[in-house]
Parts: sequence; C-alpha cells; structure tokens
Amino acid sequence: MSEETRSRQPVRARRGPGPGPGMGPGEKPKEFKKTWSKLIKYSKSFLPTVAVAMVMAALASVLMILAPDKIKELIDEITNVIPGLMGGVPTPIDMHFVETIALILVCLYVGSAILTFVMGWIMATVTQKISKQMRSDISKKINRLPFSYFNKTSYGDVLSRITNDVDTVGQTLNQSVSTLASAVTMLFGALIMMLLTNVTMALTAVGASILGFAMMAIIVKRSQKFFTTQQNELGNVNGYVEEAYTGHNILKIYNASSRSKREFEEINSRLYVSGWKSMFFSGMMMPLMMFISNFGYVAVCVVGAVLTMDGAITFGVIAAFMIYVRLFTQPLSQFAQAASNLQRTAAASERVFEFLEEEEMDDESQKVRRLAEVDGEVEFRNVGFGYTPSKTVIHDFSAKVKAGQKIAIVGPTGAGKTTLVNLLMRFYELDRGEILLDGVPINEVPRENVHEQFCMVLQDTWLFEGTIKENIIYSKSGVSDEDVVSACKTVGLDHFIRTLPDGYDTVLNDTASLSEGQKQLLTIARAIIKDSPLLILDEATSSVDTRTERIVQEAMDSLTKNRTSFIIAHRLSTIKNADLILVLRDGDIIENGTHSALLAQGGFYAELYNSQFETS
Amino acid sequence: MKSILKHLRPKDWAMIGVILVFVVIQVWFDLKLPEYMKTITELVGTPGSEMSEVWLNGEYMLLCALGSLATAIIVGFIASKLGTSYSQRLRSMQFNKVDSFSMAEINKFSIASLITRSTNDVTQVQMGFIMGLQILLKAPILMVWTVIKISGKGFEWTLATGVSMAVIAMIFIAMAMLVIPKFRKMQVLIDNINRVARENLTGLPVVRAYNAEDHQKSKFEKANDELTATYLYTTRAIAVLLPAITLIINALMLAIYWIAAVLINDAVGPDEALDILANTFVFTTYAMLVMMSVMMIMIFFIMLPRAQVAARRIGEVIDTEPSIKDGPVTESDPARKGEIEFRNVSFKYPDAADYVLRDVSFSAKQGETIAFIGSTGSGKSTLINLVPRFYDATEGSVLVDGVDVREYKLESLYNKIGYIPQKSVLFSGTVSSNVAFGDGGSAQATEEDVRDAVRIAQGKDFVEEMNGTYDAEISRGGTNISGGQKQRLSIARAVCKKPEIFIFDDSFSALDYKTDRTLRTVLKKETQGATSMIVAQRIGTIMDADKIVVLDEGKVAGIGKHKELLKTCRVYKEIAISQLSEEELAI
Repeated sequence: MSEETRSRQPVRARRGPGPGPGMGPGEKPKEFKKTWSKLIKYSKSFLPTVAVAMVMAALASVLMILAPDKIKELIDEITNVIPGLMGGVPTPIDMHFVETIALILVCLYVGSAILTFVMGWIMATVTQKISKQMRSDISKKINRLPFSYFNKTSYGDVLSRITNDVDTVGQTLNQSVSTLASAVTMLFGALIMMLLTNVTMALTAVGASILGFAMMAIIVKRSQKFFTTQQNELGNVNGYVEEAYTGHNILKIYNASSRSKREFEEINSRLYVSGWKSMFFSGMMMPLMMFISNFGYVAVCVVGAVLTMDGAITFGVIAAFMIYVRLFTQPLSQFAQAASNLQRTAAASERVFEFLEEEEMDDESQKVRRLAEVDGEVEFRNVGFGYTPSKTVIHDFSAKVKAGQKIAIVGPTGAGKTTLVNLLMRFYELDRGEILLDGVPINEVPRENVHEQFCMVLQDTWLFEGTIKENIIYSKSGVSDEDVVSACKTVGLDHFIRTLPDGYDTVLNDTASLSEGQKQLLTIARAIIKDSPLLILDEATSSVDTRTERIVQEAMDSLTKNRTSFIIAHRLSTIKNADLILVLRDGDIIENGTHSALLAQGGFYAELYNSQFETS
Repeated sequence: MKSILKHLRPKDWAMIGVILVFVVIQVWFDLKLPEYMKTITELVGTPGSEMSEVWLNGEYMLLCALGSLATAIIVGFIASKLGTSYSQRLRSMQFNKVDSFSMAEINKFSIASLITRSTNDVTQVQMGFIMGLQILLKAPILMVWTVIKISGKGFEWTLATGVSMAVIAMIFIAMAMLVIPKFRKMQVLIDNINRVARENLTGLPVVRAYNAEDHQKSKFEKANDELTATYLYTTRAIAVLLPAITLIINALMLAIYWIAAVLINDAVGPDEALDILANTFVFTTYAMLVMMSVMMIMIFFIMLPRAQVAARRIGEVIDTEPSIKDGPVTESDPARKGEIEFRNVSFKYPDAADYVLRDVSFSAKQGETIAFIGSTGSGKSTLINLVPRFYDATEGSVLVDGVDVREYKLESLYNKIGYIPQKSVLFSGTVSSNVAFGDGGSAQATEEDVRDAVRIAQGKDFVEEMNGTYDAEISRGGTNISGGQKQRLSIARAVCKKPEIFIFDDSFSALDYKTDRTLRTVLKKETQGATSMIVAQRIGTIMDADKIVVLDEGKVAGIGKHKELLKTCRVYKEIAISQLSEEELAI
C-alpha cells in the first residue's frame, strides 16, 4: 500500500503542477490533431459503427426539434376557445385533433429516446472495446520493450497509463463524440426551426442565449487561473503531508513538530484561499446556466406577448419558443464540455500512444539457429558494455568458463554485479565483443532460446498472487504434482507447505505471511522445476533467521550441482570454492581469478576481503 | 458523518442559517418568475390591454431572474468559503492529531492510509459538504413549495407531476441498485488489473528468464476481460438514464398540455379558460423545477456514500487518542547522564496475542556501545523503539538517565536521543537543512557543526561533489541521492544534534563494509561520552561493542562481549558461523 503511494508520486509530480497558465492542470495534449488522427487510425475497425451511432444521435436530435412545432399546433388548438387570443369567433376544441397531435408527440419523444439509448449503448460498447484493446496492447508492449526503457520510467508511470489514462480515454471518448453529433444537430436544427417559425422571435431567443454565454465565457476564462492554482496548492499539501507522515519518527525525535505544523498551516491556508475561489467559480456555473435559461425565457415571453398582441403570431408560437430556447442553449453548454472532453481524450491517449510507440526489442523471428542440449561452456570474448552510450562500464572483458564450473561475482554494494546477469540473459545487448554459449554467440539465437538455458534465483524474491503450486510451476508446462512436491522436498519446504490450510493450493497474497527465507526457498524450487543447464544465483544477505538461512544455503548448494553457475556471492565459502571470481567495482570487472590468486595479487579484492572479514 | 459534523463551530451553523435564508429568497424568486408569465398571458388574452404593462411585467421577470442569480451567487460564496474553511480545519486537525500519534496509532492506520485520509478524503468531504449545503437546503424547499403551488390549482396536474416524480425517483433507485454494487466491484477489478500489470513489471527479469510472457499475457487478458465486462455493464446502464429522464420530462409536459386541453374544453366561459391557459404555462415551468430538484436530490444521494465513507475515515483519525502522553520531568540527574537501563521489560503490540519481548533486562553506562543482534523477528528493532517511546513497554520499565522514560516530558526525552532509522528519511530542502534538522538537542547548529557532522558521517566527499555542496538541493524523500548517501546524511543529522544517546536501527546496512567500518571508527572517536545502541545484521558491525545483547524470539539469549558470547551463547555462535568462516572467528 505504501509502495503504491510512493510509486505513484513521480506520476503525480509530473502531471500535477506546472502546466502553463490558462488551462486545466495537466489536461492539455501536446499535439491535439496528431493524437486524434492516431486515435482514429487506432479505432479504424469501429469507425462504421461510430458513424451509425452519430447518425442516430443526430436523428434523435431532429425528432426532438420537430416536437415544439407540434406543441405549437396543440396550443393553438386550445387557445381557439379564448376569444381574446383569437381576435375572432372562438371555436370549441377538437379533442380528436388534440389526441392525434399528442400521439405524434409521443411517437417523436419515444423515438428520440430509443435512438438516444441505442446510440448510447453502441458508444459505450465501442469505447469500452477500444479501452480494452489499449490495455491489452500496453500489457503486451511491456514485454516487448527493452530493459533499458524501465531504467528511465517508473512502474507507477506505466501502471497509471494502463488504468488512469485508458479510463480517461474510455470515459471522455464516450461522452465527447456522441454529444458533439447531437449537439451540433440540435443547435442548427433549433436555429432553423426557430427561423422558420418566426424571425423576430428567433433573433430574440438567439440573442438572449448568446449574450448569456458571452458572460459565462468571460467568467470561465477569468476563473481558470484559480483552478490551476488550486491544483498546485493541493499538490503541495499532499506532498507535505506525505513527507511529514513518512518521516513522523524523525520529526518527533528531532523536535521538529512545531515547525512542521507551522509550515503545514501556511500551505493549508494557501490551499484554503485558492480552494474557495475555485469552488466559488465552479459553483457559479449552475446559477449562471439557470440565469441564461431564465433570461431566454423572459425574452421569449415578453417579445412573444407583444407580437401576439399585435396579432403577428399565435400563442402556440410562444409555447414552442419556450422549448426552442431550451433546446438551443443546451448544446451551447455541451460544446464547452465536449471541447474539454476532446482535449482530455487527446491528452490521455497521447500518453497511451507514447508508450505504445516506444522502440521495441529487435524482432528475432528470422533467427533460425537454436541452442539445444547445452553443456554449459561459456566464453566472454572482449565484452564491452554501457547502460548509456556515453558511459561504458565494462571495458574489455574476456574469460572462459568450463561446463559445470562455479563463478563467483563479488564487489561492494552498487558495483553493478547484476550487469553480468543482464548480459548473460541478454536483457541488454552488448556494445562490443560477444558471449558464447557452447561456442554459439548468444545474440545469434532468439532471446527465448537463451533464457531456456538458465535457471535464475534473484535476491528480490518475486512471487505473484496465486497458489504455491502455480508459483513454483510458473510458466513451465507438463509439470506433475509429484515434481512440485519433490522440488519442495529438496528445498525443505514440503513439510511447511503441508501445514498450511490448503497445502500446495494455498493462495499467496498479502495475508498469507511467508517469511523472507521461505519466499527465497520457493523461488529456488521454481528454479529446480525449470531445470536448465546453467544457473544464475543471487545469494541473499543475512536478512533471514539463522536456521532458515542454513536451509536456504543448502538448497542453493544443491541447485549449483552439475550446473555452470554464476553466483552473486555474499558467503565466504562460496567465494573460496569458486573456480573463478569476478571482482566488480564501479560496474567494471577489474580483477578475476581464484581466491588465492587474487589475495596474492594484493589488489582491490584483497582489500575488500580484509575489510569485510577482518576481526578487530 | 456525524462524527465530523460536530467539528462545525457555532459560527458555521450561523452561516448555514444565513444560507438557508438566502435559499428561501432564491426559491421565492424562482417561483415568482413564472407567475408574471401568467399575468402576461392574461394581459394578452384580455382585449384592450396596454402594451406597456407587458413590458413592465417583463421587467419584473428579469428582476426575478437577476434576484435568483444574485442570491445563488451569495449562497455559493458563503458555501464555498464555509466548505473550504471547514476542510482546511479538518486537514489541520488531522495533521496535528497524527503528529501526536505514536507508532502504535500510526501502524494501526498505516501511513498510506493516513495520507489518503488527510488529503483525498478531505477533498471528498469538502465536495459533499458544499454540494449538500446547496442541494440539500434548496431542493426540498423548492420541491415542496412548488408542489404546494401546483396542488392548489388542480388535482389532475398534481397527479401528473406526482407520478413523474415517483417514476424518476424509481428509475434512479433502480439504477443505483443495479450500478452501485458494480462500481464497488469495479474498484476491486481495477486493483486486480493493476496488480497483474505491476507483477509483470516488478518481475520483469523473472518473466523474461522463464519465457513467461504468454503466461503473463493470458493472466492480464483474464483481468482485462472481467474489468471490461463490468465497465460495459455500468456504461450501458447509464446510457439508459439520460433518454429515460428526457422522455419522462417530455411526457409530463405533454400531459400538462393535454390536461389543459381537457380542462379548457370543460371550462365555463372564456375567463376561466384563459385562467387555465395562463396556469398551464406556469405549470410547465414549475414541473421542470420539480423534476430538477428531484434529480438533484437523487444525484446527491448517489454521491453521498463516498463522502460518508471519507467522513467516517477522517472521524476515526480525529477521534483516536494518542497512547503516548507527556510526563512532568524535564531535567534529570547530570551524574547519571547517558545511562540506559531495561528493567524486566516485556512488550506486545496492541491487540496482538503474543509477546514480542519477554523479560528483557540490561543496562549501559555513559559512553558505552551496546549492540543487539538476533534473527529477523527476534525483537531487536522493537526493543530500541521503546527508548524514544515510539511504543511503551507493556510490562517493566525503560530508564534513561535513571528516570523512567514515561516520566519525561517528551521534548526533553527526545532532546537526549539521536535516532537513525533503518530506512533513511530525508526531507525536501538542502543538505544543510536536513543535517541541522529540528529544534532538538544543542542550540541551532552552525555551518561549522553541519560540516563536522557530515565529515564524521563519511559524507564529506560526496556532499562536496554535489552541485551546491552543503546547499545542494535534496528532493522530496531524498530521491536524488543513493541509498548509502541517504544513510550517511541521516547519520550526520544525528551527529549534528550532539545527543547523549545514539540509536542506530540497522543504520549501516546500505553502506559497504569499508565505509561502515571507517564510519564507526571515526564516530566512536568523535562522539566520546555518548552512549550508543546499535542494532545490526552483520556480526562485523557489532563485534567490537562493549556489550552485545543476543535476542532470540524476544528473549535475551546472552549478554557479553564478542569473544565470550562465541563460547557461551549458541545462538550467537550460529549467527557468527553463518557469516564468517571458522578461522576468521578464530575459535
């Protein structure tokens, strides 16, 4: 949970504060048009369906726009009874006519509702399918990206693309596209119908609405900066709280509470100031909308009344215009919403596409050479490597390892011991030279083929939520239950697993507490099941209790038997018994040889060895 | 909700009263406006009316609209000020409360949860509160008032309006029942997909080494399918909502006109007919108002649970009483400075069944180094946490300078201690601001003190290489420097404080053996007179300590020096052998 919060931090920092003035924080895409054309291309197969939905949305609007004209006829029929409104001889209401009109109206309303509903259903389906496709593509992409990508990107960032950004795309796409279609139709439809019914009234209604919206636009523009400030201040408060809570012990013991409280109050009151302003302005939108609609209503009523008294229009026209005004102002307010949604869609999908367009690892489908029945002979030939082109860490390393030998990798923390693992497994490609496995350069066969040759046990035990059995078998197929049990017997876990409530089917999650040592043993069992001719092993430091540690060590020792083993070594016994010791410092292999040879050399290894195990 | 509403001050309630008054005025304007339409209709319908009267009534209508806008703005102003100052207070109360918490309370909530409670939850409550002030006060008044106005004028219209209200309410309730459980499930499914993706990311080397890409893919697709299905369900369900509501409102309008036709048809004389017609227009407007208020109330109740959950979570924090309280003692006997004693100390975590520490006794004199070793879970870290009172001993007592730690005023106790945590914590600021952190210990540290402390903590080289040296910026959480560097600055911070007692909770783990060794040697020389408590994993770190306490499952398995313990203590010997070879141990 706490890890969750932390990993999300850089994302928040990136998207929260800092956008330029005059826009919603972090919502603006860099390239609006380009992203939208990418999005359209991406959802190509859905375009015909979307077109159908848009036509339906437009049709639904058309039906809505036709209704007021029928209302007009209805009212005119009713007002026929009232002499003052007729200016002639009153006629009784033709109830049959009223019923017919009502029936037509019902048809229009129901028709429009059905069309809107079907359109909504289609758009919901399409956008969710697009979102699903995006999530799927991101997930596949993760496994096609080179490791180097993840050095510059945090996990939180990738995860936030899968959830937050794709969600945003799904929601905003759903709302913006169909709304836009129906709003445009509604706006022009209402305008045409109004003009056809009565020009003076039409001008009145349009004039009143536009005046209202002009006011609103001014206020929105002026209030933008408050929203940005508020987002920034919110980010500051969140950041401060996170820091203070995480460092609670330190704050207390260094008596920094009062200062921290003072600072917090300061940030908090800044948030209050920007907060109430932005709340106030966003809260004003509703009353303003209400006013605009009232204003239009008043204008239509008064001008309509004057015209009726002149005999220029009938009363039904007023009734119709009361509805037209509503139909006309509604799309105007929707445009603002849809426009910001289109922006958000673009901003979010931009981040999705950015990820999907990252450079992938080379395609290896044309590599026909395969390693089979490997003995385990490894040769490093003039290997040169750097994580970034500007900084070479391994300069020129050559060494030959016979099948079944044990290679210890030693060096101080941060010396880059995992670099060798990364190169052997082809997680990274060499800059120069080559690594040969049984005489075959590993870059001449597909990566998977290289991976098949190695068992790997890393210090960071990686288990996933699933049963113990699933964790041990992992991706290997055709593993019997007996194999699993025997692997667990080898690492001494069988008894413990049997004591668990569901045995081998116990689900590992946050609540099932395995000790670090037991987790380590599970990953060793996983490696035993994989049973590959070579081994990469990272010995754990002594973070487990002594008894378990001994069991782990025994299990590790049994794993190294008959395998060419590369061991990131922490134990003296491993180091001493190694056939070859590779000494690393600042990423480079600076010395190599056997224990006694290296000690005699009196170099860095000797110094390291002495400081580490020296007694006072 | 109640638990945090009590933190509204009388002044706030008075403001809510003011809002209420303005809301009533606003509703009066809203309802008054259509009535002028009625007058206009009558004017138009009565032959010989003056045109100027129509204009006059039009002006009244406009005044009503403006009046409604003005009152709404006033309500919005007061509500947003009230809501945000309330949330400011909630944040502040939580921050101060958390500050007073001990580890027991913090762990009960977890840091991540406390952060969410102080930030997101407050925002949720603020939104709910402001929305509530505006909707909950206005909508019912508007609804009831309007219904009363309509019901006076005709049973048929009232019935039509009532039925539509009921239908809309039912649609919302049905929708809530169908969709809300799915929303809850959705959160689980989102977590799920997040977990699978995170799993793949954190286990990238393993996934690739085991060629398990397809395995991961099928797992992800399963989670993706489930999530998509739920999304589809909810978005499709919501697609029903909008057309349904529009349909009902339109149907109500139509019903009102239809009823008008029937009523006018039956009317006696043109005057009554005109009256009915005039009312018709008023009622269509009223009907819209009623429908809107019903919908607002419904929307509010759909949003409410989120705010309620947030409010409850905030209330939990504010109502939690810190278990660690100040004592009276500020001065201790100078003659016993730097002394530490554990007297039959037992400890168990609140609500835990089993003891973590059992009957631990030992003592250390000024200037001594006392070390603690044992396997994971043996209680080492817990033990030293009792000294600065992160927790209080369940039984027995912990004495510093001959005084029980519970007797001290916390500030005075803290001033004696330089604590270096397992996981280094740095704050955003500069190297100097981190090293000269807090108001504890000696008077405000000088530049000299900072340099000295950094030098002792073996940080001189890297700090002086940094851009800006001692004024170099440290980003939040110290993410711009390495783990080992963080640890050294964290040690420098303690050194700079010049405390009587140093507590190192496995604080050398991120350092390589060589730096670890040099650091301890220099530290020992430069901080003579200070007592040190060291928890360590590596035997090498502690074997020259004056006293080593070996812990095994919470009990003391042996106390003594390295050489003695090798001979007498089985547990110690096991640990030693696992780390060093026999010849190095020289036994």
